[in-house]
Amino acid sequence: MEMLRFATAGSVDDGKSTLIGRLLYDTKTIFEDQMEAVERASIQMGSEYTNLALLTDGLRAEREQGITIDVAYRYFATPKRKFIIADTPGHTQYTRNMVTGASTADLAIVLLDARKGVLEQSKRHAFLASLLRIPHLVLAVNKMDLVDYDEARFEEVKDEFRDFAAKLDIADLTFIPVSALHGDNVVERSSNMGWYEGPPLLHHLEEVHIASDRNLIDTRFPVQYVIRPQSDEFHDYRGYAGTVSGGVLRPGDEIVVLPSGFQSTIKSIETLDGPLDEAFAPMAVTVRLDDEIDISRGDMIVRPNNQPTVSQDIDAMICWMNERSTLTPGAKLVIKHTTRTTKAIVKELSYLLDINTLHRDEAATQLALNEIGRVRLRTQTPLFFDEYRRNRETGSFILIDETTNVTVGAGMILGESS
Amino acid sequence: MAYDLTHLRQLEAESIHIFREVAAEFENPCLLFSGGKDSIVMLRLAEKAFWPAKLPFAVMHVDTGHNFPEVLEFRDRRVAELGARLVVASVQEAIDTGRVVEETGARASRNRLQTTALLDGIAEHRFDALFGGARRDEEKARAKERVFSFRDEFGAWDPKNQRPEVWNLYNGRIKQGEHIRVFPISNYTELDIWLYIKEEGIEIPNVYFAHQREVFERDGMLLSTSPYITLMDAEEPFIETVRYRTVGDMSCTGAVESSADTIDKIIAEVAATRITERGATRADDRVSEAAMEDRKKEGYF
Repeated sequence: MEMLRFATAGSVDDGKSTLIGRLLYDTKTIFEDQMEAVERASIQMGSEYTNLALLTDGLRAEREQGITIDVAYRYFATPKRKFIIADTPGHTQYTRNMVTGASTADLAIVLLDARKGVLEQSKRHAFLASLLRIPHLVLAVNKMDLVDYDEARFEEVKDEFRDFAAKLDIADLTFIPVSALHGDNVVERSSNMGWYEGPPLLHHLEEVHIASDRNLIDTRFPVQYVIRPQSDEFHDYRGYAGTVSGGVLRPGDEIVVLPSGFQSTIKSIETLDGPLDEAFAPMAVTVRLDDEIDISRGDMIVRPNNQPTVSQDIDAMICWMNERSTLTPGAKLVIKHTTRTTKAIVKELSYLLDINTLHRDEAATQLALNEIGRVRLRTQTPLFFDEYRRNRETGSFILIDETTNVTVGAGMILGESS
Repeated sequence: MAYDLTHLRQLEAESIHIFREVAAEFENPCLLFSGGKDSIVMLRLAEKAFWPAKLPFAVMHVDTGHNFPEVLEFRDRRVAELGARLVVASVQEAIDTGRVVEETGARASRNRLQTTALLDGIAEHRFDALFGGARRDEEKARAKERVFSFRDEFGAWDPKNQRPEVWNLYNGRIKQGEHIRVFPISNYTELDIWLYIKEEGIEIPNVYFAHQREVFERDGMLLSTSPYITLMDAEEPFIETVRYRTVGDMSCTGAVESSADTIDKIIAEVAATRITERGATRADDRVSEAAMEDRKKEGYF
């Protein structure tokens, strides 16, 4: 069975929780005791109907304040696929939550209200999905029941969104007219929208082609941990454990180790279950080499003829995620990129990007919570990276505040800065 | 198609990555082992992450003293096979030394007392990271918890103040006295755990399979008779064919009526069930709507 991770973006008003509730309910994923608990809580809150939002708004603080604090993960499966939903709240700290929930997603569902059309919020969601390079985007035009299941209205919304999406880098865009409340085109095909020829949402989630989204070309193996058993049986054993971040590794492959530049050949790829003929992303394996060379955590094994950029100067888009501080030029931060952790100085804030209008504010002097900007960084030791658009693993990093140890920023690499 | 991984292999790779990340970045991690199916799967994943080396960390059991005997026996055998170091944090010892006061009455449970024993164990051994087998599908507070979950010097979890967690870049930086709870199997569901146990041929304690047991009914749950639990009026023990879906303290873990005596039958049962495992079998979660959230804030698993 394949696995698909998807993120949902939209506010309660758009019917996002109802849509998720519908997916879980119609795939028989909501359990009786969960449903009873939701019904009890709905009555307690004086709600006239069973509030499916309570399925995802789990914490007491959230129930009391009627808000969603954080990303909630939900799981369901059909005979075809296992699904992991990262349900990101629409209200506060929106950007931070969506970046958190969407960073590993294969697909994003952006929900909008058919009556209201494309609002700023929908544009923001779509922009973030494209910034994070989520390979597949679904625009679910909800509440079709409230516009009499009108095809013309659906087409209008589509055109409006396409105009905006033309400015973005979206590889695969699908529009689905739905009514989450009534279940039209969620799990079952709607009999109210005979004019719609595409699949219902669940069918799309089950069938969307994700196998090609992985990078099988650029071999990248960040060394995570060196395995040295030091036992009698494995006296001289030395294996480099890690998760493949791109490309395919095979025994016999010539490799080069960064940053030392030493060359060797892959002797074997090992796991507890036995040796492997090849390894690819996202497999976690142990690589052994023909030569004894000094390799430690943070090094990267690559092919001699296909190497990442090795540099201390990085040009990146940063999403700032901290409410107590801002990113300003001159700031020193800890940077974690693949398995390598070092320090970085912010050399320059090139511009702040208004994620509603896509306007670039070059006069900006700082990035505050939920703001996104283009930044030049200088790192203490070189990083081995690719453009984020080419490889999400070797093109991403986090920034950590040295004093509080809190993760304050998420970065997507554009390239080497001049 | 050749380069596709099944969902179980993707989940496995993610878990192994997390184990290695912790072993590389922390000085003194520890794996919390309860003898339950989730922690048994965790041991298997940890074994895979470091093979052919032994586990580079200790295994800790928070022992309420109210264990299923077959689970303790299983624990000792498995730890010996792996050549791992076992640390026991004893609730009985905490009671004996006056660290905690035992609840009294027919509904007395040592569930909450585990938190003190756990936090004392962490302080005594100076553990800076603790692997736990919690899954996000288990419970609504857990659905929102990070893989690397920060704990302050009081062991407390602050759900409103979690560190952002993006891509597979985990932030394990802490100050002295703080620690991180790490949940490598966050993304497995109960069904995934059983499918993985089957695929890997992992051995599990007998209490998970249907067997005959003397039980009594309380609050709609079947509890095992044992020296650790006092029957209340009108509670009549009877023999039933049951199995356990979760394994914890004998005094608060309920059995379910079941004839599933093989892994395949268990998988069929889990796939068809309409009640969550905690809802069906855990008195500790029934205390209130936010029982788990409250205990987690105090430092519970």
